[in-house]
Amino acid sequence: MNPAFSVIAFTTIAGAAQGLVVTLAVAMLAGSPFSPGFQRTALLLAAAMLVAGLGASFLHLGRPERAWRAATMWRTSWLSREVIVLPAFIAVVGLGWLGGVGSPVAPLWHVLWSLLALVVAALLWYCTAMIYACLRFIEEWAHPLTVLNFVLIGMASGLLLCAALVVFTGEPARPAVTWAALVATLLAWAGRRRAVHRNAGIRHRSTLQTATGIHVPKLEQKSMGMSAGSFNTREFFHTATASGLRHVKRIAELGAFALPALLLVVGLLTGAAWAWALALALQAVGLVADRWLFFAQAKHPQNLYYQVVS
Amino acid sequence: MIEWLQRLLGAEAPPAVSHTPAADPPSVAQSGPTSTATGGEATETLARQLALVIDLNVCVGCHACVTSCKEWNTSGAAGPLADENAYGADPTGTFFNRVQTYEAGTFPNTETIHFPKSCLHCEEPPCVPVCPTGASYKRAEDGIVLVDYDKCIGCKYCAWACPYGAREIDETRQVMTKCTLCVDRIYDPKLSKDDQRPACVKACPTGARLFGDVKDPESEVSVAIRERGGYSLMPEWGTRPANQYLPRRVTISAVTTPVDAAGTAPAP
Repeated sequence: MNPAFSVIAFTTIAGAAQGLVVTLAVAMLAGSPFSPGFQRTALLLAAAMLVAGLGASFLHLGRPERAWRAATMWRTSWLSREVIVLPAFIAVVGLGWLGGVGSPVAPLWHVLWSLLALVVAALLWYCTAMIYACLRFIEEWAHPLTVLNFVLIGMASGLLLCAALVVFTGEPARPAVTWAALVATLLAWAGRRRAVHRNAGIRHRSTLQTATGIHVPKLEQKSMGMSAGSFNTREFFHTATASGLRHVKRIAELGAFALPALLLVVGLLTGAAWAWALALALQAVGLVADRWLFFAQAKHPQNLYYQVVS
Repeated sequence: MIEWLQRLLGAEAPPAVSHTPAADPPSVAQSGPTSTATGGEATETLARQLALVIDLNVCVGCHACVTSCKEWNTSGAAGPLADENAYGADPTGTFFNRVQTYEAGTFPNTETIHFPKSCLHCEEPPCVPVCPTGASYKRAEDGIVLVDYDKCIGCKYCAWACPYGAREIDETRQVMTKCTLCVDRIYDPKLSKDDQRPACVKACPTGARLFGDVKDPESEVSVAIRERGGYSLMPEWGTRPANQYLPRRVTISAVTTPVDAAGTAPAP
């Protein structure tokens, strides 16, 4: 697949925002909420990130003025469901901010809001991941690992964002959040390694023989019927070389997981603020590379029909 | 969708429909919608499913179907199909039907096979449930899968969902387009009887394209599928394409086929 930057930006930004909100909610449910000022800042940031992500996703559409129609087929389409759940989650975040989450209001409200935020965040991760995982012939995507990795990456990036915010807003120190960010980053790393490893070993069910019904051992395409490009040659191919792909894989692993984990350890040991800042910056770049890889590694069966110009 | 989720939960399990790689003709209903059990699930089949049958035995790769399809659809009510930089260095455009060429075998025993492909109007079209706006739909009265250009938002999700690459975005109009099975020709009373069939079928000089109702056992297409062993593309995904392909037939020429010392021609 050709990775579309608008979709990469949208899913990584939204995932981090979801992780941030989940962190706030879990802290509240665990009985040690963040300070009201911090929660308001964090919720505002999360809302801004989600709105930015939503805006970025519009760039992917050919006819964005009709985007409202995208909510109508929720009975069958995961994309439609996501289009409903995303604004719902933004509303939940806004509700939390408006309702003065953390201020001296009935604790029941805090608990209810936290549970709502958890449920809707989980639902949003599920809907977003299922958009890709429900395409059963893209075998790299059609696997529970896709859903798992969206959640793990979202939590890892959200926890790291929260940990960095704690350091830079003067909130009382929360080593638990940094520890959780470290664990989540390592888990996300493991999840993505497993997925990338699995992708390398997939024996695709579709071959040129099944695609054409010409069951001869040696079959090759001599011409795809046109001499220049078309939608079919642009949308489904990343245009990177094999070595370029390897570079991106390295950047993704180092930037999104390995280096941030190392830097979080440094932060825990030394308390140096730059460690969190650097980890956040590196992870932002690394996650974009990782999501690019997620798209680039997907081999669409239609590519079997578009191989040779002749 | 539910069955996909079930399949997803079954991780690497093969799809519910199992069949040999070569033949997977569409189910021929007796009359009216019937429930046919496929791998334990009941699926409604349409009473009428219009489709094309492509005869790979006679296609010569002339691209007449490509150009006639483009001509018809670019002068239609929906407006012109994208045709950018036509005389430039890097042309691009939208076609509903493309003809590819494959070579089978090893020299000197090779065959060149020309392979037209357009939307296969699947009986279980994967492009329909994924569309978020409902622009992608399958007609109940004749099984044609269409795009409602007024609803389409050009998100390209349906193109991702089609394993055959049958859907293309029109770069100019920014909506998804695909073969319409010339739905604006086949029902148009103002056209002559000869014109009331898809443009590609009419244009094909070798008669490689047949059009009809694959649910009608006596239609030209059903007879061809039955007698010539028509098959589906990528049957492993259970999309049940309505368009079927007729395989190459081996013909031994009495004049030019060399025979061995015993006087027998090589086996096909």
